[in-house]
Amino acid sequence: MTLLSLDSIEAAYGAAQALFGVDLSVEEGEVLALMGRNGMGKSTTIRVICRLMKHSAGAVQFNGQDMARVPSHLAARAGLGLVPEGRRVFARLTVRENLIAAARPGPWDLRKVTCLFPRLAERSGQLAGHLSGGEQQMLAIGRALMTNPRLMLLDEATEGLAPVVRQEIWIALDAVRRDSGLSLLVVDKSLAELGRVADRAVILERGRSVWSGPMADVSGDIANTYLGV
Amino acid sequence: MQRETVLNTLVFLALPAVAAIALVLDEPFTITLATRAAILALAAVGLNLALGLGGLVSLGHAVFFGLGGYAMGILASHAQSYAPLDLGLFVIEGTKSMPVIWLTAVVVSALAALLIGLLALRTAGVYFIMITLAFGQMFYYFTISWPAYGGEDGLSIYVRNSFPGLNTLDPIQFFGLVFAVLAIVLFIMGRIERSAFGLALGTARQNAARVETVGLSPFHLRLVAFVISGAVTGLAGALFADLNRFVSPTMFSWQMSGEFIVFIVLGGIGRLFGPVVGACLFVLLEHLLSGVSEFWLIYLGAILLFVVLFARGGVIGALVGRGGHHG
Repeated sequence: MTLLSLDSIEAAYGAAQALFGVDLSVEEGEVLALMGRNGMGKSTTIRVICRLMKHSAGAVQFNGQDMARVPSHLAARAGLGLVPEGRRVFARLTVRENLIAAARPGPWDLRKVTCLFPRLAERSGQLAGHLSGGEQQMLAIGRALMTNPRLMLLDEATEGLAPVVRQEIWIALDAVRRDSGLSLLVVDKSLAELGRVADRAVILERGRSVWSGPMADVSGDIANTYLGV
Repeated sequence: MQRETVLNTLVFLALPAVAAIALVLDEPFTITLATRAAILALAAVGLNLALGLGGLVSLGHAVFFGLGGYAMGILASHAQSYAPLDLGLFVIEGTKSMPVIWLTAVVVSALAALLIGLLALRTAGVYFIMITLAFGQMFYYFTISWPAYGGEDGLSIYVRNSFPGLNTLDPIQFFGLVFAVLAIVLFIMGRIERSAFGLALGTARQNAARVETVGLSPFHLRLVAFVISGAVTGLAGALFADLNRFVSPTMFSWQMSGEFIVFIVLGGIGRLFGPVVGACLFVLLEHLLSGVSEFWLIYLGAILLFVVLFARGGVIGALVGRGGHHG
């Protein structure tokens, strides 16, 4: 079953058009990698999906619902869990408070999230703003899980983190996907790590989706042409 | 135990201690002063939820204080005159029962806060301040031109309203009642502050967009906070009118709203006991300084200036540090 579909999406920041026709879909239980070089529209696409930005043409459907007029907080309630770029945790709340403030009923609760990231349990009473980058990232993922989403969107979830922490986060995401069957839409630059987690990929080039197919096929000419690797 | 908890406990116990000493020394006026401080603290505790936690600088909270006051005045005056209150669609009897009056004050204030909030919360910053101020002035001038309930002269109630099992005319018993209400409201506010709602409200003040991404609407969070805040301030208004056995349009004045903000700033914005400390200090300074000069507000202004410039966390912040993470 198709959970999310974007059909010829166009979007602009004022007069500057950023998306010129993005098509993608995410199936239930699938992990989709959204790829592309810097400035190609990956984060803008995420913003459009989460309704943090309106699209000017095309259609966004989530779980069969047209999202055109849905405000961002209702999009989140509909089951879209965002792990934003730059983590954006609630810096003045403790780790526990960050998780509680976002909580909604469902299989993911405080116990399950702290089992996934034991470091969050250790730092439970600490202010989120005082955590390391990796811990903040774990908290951002934990907070998104606490909303019990049907589709979790991760925008550059491992950017700027130490390799060992990145590894820890990828292992956790793999566990989330394997154990709960949660659908994921992942934006990341690391081809190797995405290759281990993602089922399919969509590549954006200058605001357009130019390639889509199995993740295993993103190599050689395709990677070289569109991702510069 | 944290220093702030110790200070809060001391402040909380100071009011009944003052009242008890005044009782021993046979100083009923001091008990009345402590009662006045507790009621004003209650009003500011209500505002503190909207202002301190929600970041909503309301210059119209006197609307709810006045509505609470007039709820008491109107119901009690009809009970006093044995004339039922004709509301057009239905007729109700007046009452001298405090619980009924409190419930009326809370419901009327909450409804007013809901209507005002629905309009005012669509704006932010200086526009929000101006809209709340405008509502305050509307109510103020309406009551001035409402001769049925005393107009500009206000409305006197000859006998304080009753509470089951208490002689409310006895200053210490009325103080005990007011203090119990304040304690219950502080307990509830403490729970609200630590609840998921309170945490989200505080976070919406810092970054509304971030809250939306986890499925929470800043508008709804603020509206609920504004309604609870208005209801508590309305309850304080009913108690204030009962303390003075008098209600007048000045309860709706913008100066009243300004005083509530002063209590919060003095004590410490966003701190549970900030409004209590601020209101107690205000009443104390009002009592002491007004004996020195009729221009005592100049001295209060200087103190407020000092707090704003050098003690941004208010008196509590100056004593225990600015570490309050919701502040």
